[in-house]
Amino acid sequence: MGSLKIEQVKKSFGHVDVLKGIDLAVEDGEFVVFVGPSGCGKSTLLRVIAGLEDATSGRVTIDSDDVSATPPAKRGIAMVFQTYALYPHLTVRDNMALGLKQAGEQAAEIDKRIGAASSMLGLEPYLKRRPAELSGGQRQRVAIGRAVVREPKLFLFDEPLSNLDAALRVNTRLEIAQLHRRLKATMIYVTHDQVEAMTLADKIVVLNAGRIEQVGAPMELYNQPANMFVAGFIGSPKMNFIDGGRLGESVKTVGVRPEHISVDPVKGDWKGTVVHAEHLGADTNLYLDCEKTGLITVRLFGEYAAEAGMTLHATPQPGKTYRFDGDGHAVR
Amino acid sequence: MSKATASPARSIAAHGILILYTVIALFPVLIVVVNSFKSRTAIFRQPLMPPTVSTFDLVGYETVLKQGDFLHYFQNSLIVTVVSLFLVLLFGAMAAFSLSEYRFRGNSLMGLYLALGIMIPIRLATVAILQLMVASGLVNTLTSLILVYTAQGLPLAIFILSEFMKGVSDDLKNAGRIDGLSEYTIFFRLVLPLVRPAMATVAVFTMIPIWNDLWFPLILAPSESTKTVTLGAQLFLGQFVTNWNAILAALSLAILPVLILYIAFSRQLIRGITSGAVK
Repeated sequence: MGSLKIEQVKKSFGHVDVLKGIDLAVEDGEFVVFVGPSGCGKSTLLRVIAGLEDATSGRVTIDSDDVSATPPAKRGIAMVFQTYALYPHLTVRDNMALGLKQAGEQAAEIDKRIGAASSMLGLEPYLKRRPAELSGGQRQRVAIGRAVVREPKLFLFDEPLSNLDAALRVNTRLEIAQLHRRLKATMIYVTHDQVEAMTLADKIVVLNAGRIEQVGAPMELYNQPANMFVAGFIGSPKMNFIDGGRLGESVKTVGVRPEHISVDPVKGDWKGTVVHAEHLGADTNLYLDCEKTGLITVRLFGEYAAEAGMTLHATPQPGKTYRFDGDGHAVR
Repeated sequence: MSKATASPARSIAAHGILILYTVIALFPVLIVVVNSFKSRTAIFRQPLMPPTVSTFDLVGYETVLKQGDFLHYFQNSLIVTVVSLFLVLLFGAMAAFSLSEYRFRGNSLMGLYLALGIMIPIRLATVAILQLMVASGLVNTLTSLILVYTAQGLPLAIFILSEFMKGVSDDLKNAGRIDGLSEYTIFFRLVLPLVRPAMATVAVFTMIPIWNDLWFPLILAPSESTKTVTLGAQLFLGQFVTNWNAILAALSLAILPVLILYIAFSRQLIRGITSGAVK
């Protein structure tokens, strides 16, 4: 119904290798998120899957058909873009109908699908409007509707929430999650925002510099990062990396998440001075300059009365530290 | 910055300079139009005066419309201008689209080559063009003029349009590809409407030199059946006697069609500018 297999896909622009051999399998009905810093190749990979870019080498298979040479319209995919990419001269209805008309669907079938999609996304009042008359959130819903009516094997989302403001982003994220539950379709979603990745994904693919760093369920990546890159990328604030030698450990680097450190005014492992305190209400983030570890971040739940200049003792929770070797790989 | 423009003294100064420039630019045109409605003696005696009851005379227009086949010249000018303009816009936009949209070997070299014509005046090649037209039997046809003007207009059109087309969202074109639109449909239905202001700019810059050109009609198509308005007006320029009434009337009439075309395009131009400003 909607499985995807990518084998040894490489992509170069001139002398620049953007994808350096990607292997990945996506099961039917999975929600997979590609996440990574900008320039890591995640969007390029999505475009290769969509057929908007040809891979330099390698194979893309959708439902056991090799689609490496198939044009985008024939791949059974639908894509939602960051900039919405609605046709400015067409009404909302025609925006959704265009792809179906091109594919030669019957008018009755087109009406039925648009009716279903627009009621699901709450777009009925806007069907006769043009994109210019819609707000950003509505435009993105139309773009999602345009993808839904095609009943594709694969939904591709290219940073769909990046252009929305924070409140709308949370709402639309929720809608996408519900859409996935309702349609049970395979979805591939690209983002640089790890919160989106953690909240939406069945499976996260962390990319860095054209390679896959780790593939796994969100909690798997959080609890068992394969290397320092994944450990630093997943989780916010970022994991503290401390030189192993300074702690008397045999490994190169020790990692502790900010939320796995507790502080105490009188006793603890690492004595340090508060450099800066961020009070967020639900959390308090402290930046501690410790003699033993250098600058570390501590995340405390709830309010904590601390201010710059205070002396505090930090203690990592037992069993919650990560150890990495000289190449940055996790040592278990 | 906004404070500076709000200051009345600066505003008056800016308007003063602009009005002065407008007057200087429009003055010759105004003189031509005003004098075209006067009798011959009045043109020479009081060239700057508007026509009065006694000096008002339509003899120039009568001569133009009776003598010489001016309607036919107008038709020739219009055909040449409109067809050349159409071809310049069509081929210019297509070349610009391929240069901005597709990655291929020698893309930037090709772009440079196509824009080179901006720096080299086409008139330098007049002799070669004439030989070419003679060899291909196109002398004294409107086709020869259309070909030359299309070549003359393309470099600037490609240069301006390719810059604008680079600004058209890639996502939009890709959305079209996923919806199964052909590259032609993407070009004509998605990209062209979005670069309409640029098209209008190119149209204006292309159209006016073609309409006003005397050089190529004189050399390539001087026959009676292919004369353009500017060439036709030369009919009244004699070595010893010049029929100023007729020339001024002919030139005044020649302003009209190009003015209409300009207004049509400039409306697009202004709409494009304002829509960009609001977004």
